[in-house]
Amino acid sequence: MKTSAPERERVVGSKVTRVDAVEKVTGLAKYAPDIYFDRMVHCALVIARKPHGILHKIDASRAQKLPGVFGIFTYKDVPGKNRLGEVVDDMPCLVAEGETVKHYGDVVAVVAASTQKTAEEAARKVRLTIEELPAVLDIEEARRDEIRIHGSSNVSVHKKIRKGDVSKGFSRADLIIEDNFMASYQEHAYIEPQGVVVLPDTDYGMTVYGSIQCPYYVQSSLSKVLGFPMSKVRIIQAETGGAFGGKEDVPSFVASYAAVAAYNLKRPARLIYPREIDIHTTSKRHPVKSRYKMGFSKDGEILAIEVDAYMDMGAYATLSPVVMFRTLVHAAGAYSVDNVSVDTYGVYTNKVPPGAFRGFGSPQVLFAVESMVDEASRRLGIDPVDMRMKNALREGSRTSTDQLLTESVGAVETLDKVNELSNWKELNERVEAFNRGSLFQKRGVGLSHIIYGVSLGAQGQHIDKSGAHVQINRDGSVDVRIGGTEMGQGAKTVMAIIAAEELGQKLSQIVVHQTDTAFVPDSGPTVASRTTMFSGNAVRIACKSLRERLVKLYAELNSCSEDEVELHDGMISCGQDKGMPFDELIEEAFKKNVKMFEAGWYQSPVLEWDPESGIGQAYITYSFASQVVVVEVDMITGNTKVLEAYTVHDVGKAINPEGVIGQIQGGFVQGMGYALSEDLKMLNGRILTDNFNTYIIPTIRDIPRVFKYGIVEDEFSEGPYGAKGIGEPSLMATPPAIANAISRAIGRRIRHIPATPEYVLNVIKEDAE
Amino acid sequence: MNKHPISFTLNGKTVKTQVEARTTLLRALRDLGVLSVKRGCEEGECGTCTVLIDGITQKSCLVLAMEVEGRTVTTCEGLLAPDGELHPIQQAFIDEGAIQCGYCTPGMVMATYALLERSPDPADEEIRAALAGNLCRCTGYVSIFRAVKKAAELMKRPEGAGKR
Repeated sequence: MKTSAPERERVVGSKVTRVDAVEKVTGLAKYAPDIYFDRMVHCALVIARKPHGILHKIDASRAQKLPGVFGIFTYKDVPGKNRLGEVVDDMPCLVAEGETVKHYGDVVAVVAASTQKTAEEAARKVRLTIEELPAVLDIEEARRDEIRIHGSSNVSVHKKIRKGDVSKGFSRADLIIEDNFMASYQEHAYIEPQGVVVLPDTDYGMTVYGSIQCPYYVQSSLSKVLGFPMSKVRIIQAETGGAFGGKEDVPSFVASYAAVAAYNLKRPARLIYPREIDIHTTSKRHPVKSRYKMGFSKDGEILAIEVDAYMDMGAYATLSPVVMFRTLVHAAGAYSVDNVSVDTYGVYTNKVPPGAFRGFGSPQVLFAVESMVDEASRRLGIDPVDMRMKNALREGSRTSTDQLLTESVGAVETLDKVNELSNWKELNERVEAFNRGSLFQKRGVGLSHIIYGVSLGAQGQHIDKSGAHVQINRDGSVDVRIGGTEMGQGAKTVMAIIAAEELGQKLSQIVVHQTDTAFVPDSGPTVASRTTMFSGNAVRIACKSLRERLVKLYAELNSCSEDEVELHDGMISCGQDKGMPFDELIEEAFKKNVKMFEAGWYQSPVLEWDPESGIGQAYITYSFASQVVVVEVDMITGNTKVLEAYTVHDVGKAINPEGVIGQIQGGFVQGMGYALSEDLKMLNGRILTDNFNTYIIPTIRDIPRVFKYGIVEDEFSEGPYGAKGIGEPSLMATPPAIANAISRAIGRRIRHIPATPEYVLNVIKEDAE
Repeated sequence: MNKHPISFTLNGKTVKTQVEARTTLLRALRDLGVLSVKRGCEEGECGTCTVLIDGITQKSCLVLAMEVEGRTVTTCEGLLAPDGELHPIQQAFIDEGAIQCGYCTPGMVMATYALLERSPDPADEEIRAALAGNLCRCTGYVSIFRAVKKAAELMKRPEGAGKR
């Protein structure tokens, strides 16, 4: 769809109040734990608590005897297929006796009881007899294949890019740098843990209310586990207290466990995770170990790049193969390079399966590649901004997968703007002056420049579509239903803005409903920073049809030309006439039996892609960002503080500027936690940091005192009003900017994130490199 | 399990209920239908269950319900005017874009309320100290910080003063 921009947009781009703000600020918003039904039972999970072993026996006899226990359900009670997994279904719903448990958080049984407390107590009384097997606990061990977790090789997924000839590129290089990097886990730490309520419904099927990012995933998963047709499974998203990818595929599992209880008891079943169960059993950001080799000319041109990256998939593949596609495409960074070779591998280990997390496999490699570019600029004596500028993508450039960029390439503009915003030259002088006068505190300035492929890309294009349903009621109120979900990012507000813009109704009269699979067809997942573009286009298309009908009707009623009819802020007018309130025109439309509902549908343009060579159109378009941070490192303790941050994002078009800014700020701070403090510690495959007392996410005290942002709007013709995506890139620029700043401050390269005080201190103490 | 009767003032009204000795105030309040009080970590780290007990912020997951016998508990529901009008703090959170997923919001609002009660014109560092026990994973806190300043300003105005 080519979106011919309207002559002037009046709601798009303006400051509006979040449409869901009042319910949230008063505490009336209903999240999964706030939804109650008569005769509802409370569930708790029994997990393996061993990293690897054969499950010989599940003994629930002691637990059964507790007063208030209604049932303890195992693999024997799963009515349909005992399998889970959105991309690869290699995971049991409930591990069967005689089968192996493959990580600490493997789920074995579901307990249902009259209260949450009783359910939790009973879960603790279920005895599992597990014959322990040696466990595979890191990537290197997994690669040796001495213990094969799924029978075949642990290295089970491989993707590659072969562009140009890297050996030729290296032979021409004046400088070749090789290095190894490790990016560790990150826990989503949404403040609302996972939770669902599943109930047998009035359509003789099951309805789920839950904290859910991707309702259609839950629907298809539940239909398999229950053995129900999809038409008998309805998913209604409750308010969702943060997700960040952590509620992409996981709620399918959570809902499946609860559904087994609901099915067997024929009662509503609620399963709300305690934080510890959430951290032990649910996805994380993948640990990625990478080796980089890059060749540069002496004036800073990148001539060749070679990358191997190994991702720890944990015990089950879940979403890893698709996460790896994004790792692959982003591994060579945001630059125009003729010779590129990238190999990414997914390996099984006996640990919690990582999955989707804001950035989806790209932050790990962007940290590495931006560290490499920073190191090259240091060694070549080239200013870091100039270094990026020299290699940056422009209209007419080709990406690392040889995709020709023809429009909406705001990369250079983000660099220019961050240079200006941070007062780059003066900032560096200021920091140098500080360092001359300070022995134990050292400051550093770090720069990053990143690319983000918008939406699902070539390997996900078969599910890259979205529907919407828009209906105008007789009183003029408007129902907007989308297949994307609101999880805090502001999707509802963006959809309301688009509907108000197109229909001319007041924003306050537009209701964007909770996502419900009964109303809108499968719209793909709410991931990949795709909702503004995909759901947004679908809403816009539906509203345009309704608008045409309203314009025609008004022109007929007032004998004027359709071209002159204007709709805005609840009024419809033509030329100089006094106009008519929107609601009155709707009343006229109802009297004349005009159809006042429409479906909208938008699908991805077709992308040409060769998976053998990794060459082709990887994504429909790209967002870009550039970021500068100033850190101060305590050379005695290794502790790092971020003092200043400047970040500039090319978003195509900011439909809701306040929402874009919220993403930029929130993504930065989440990226800062990843870079510095969020250290997921494990012992024998068991996560030790299983709550917020040990897993440390940033507080209001940790944020930089100076925090400036800039927005570049290099419009994308396929996006609604030119919009691309901002959800993920907001985070992705931060880890490399911080790592580079620390490296500059201490004069040694940071090769591991999180760069905890212990790690930084070790690097400071290392002998010369 | 034995249940014990307790009586306390909840958002201006006397409440009588029965609780087990080990029931936390968080679980007791939710059983009473006070759903703005959320569970995030249940160990006093995230702050989304923050309430005021006799005007002082407490993590309700770390307080036993029996401890509030005879005391006054205020939650986010208690900040609304009888006609449903928002409290200036709530309005400030909306105006400054300080709400995303909303799950931390009631706790943030209560922490702000307690701060502005004791310090109507807080210094920046005071704001950071007062909110350091409340985690937000969405906003990056920048807008929340601004909302607290805006709330202080709104409450100083004559029309906002009565709301304290």
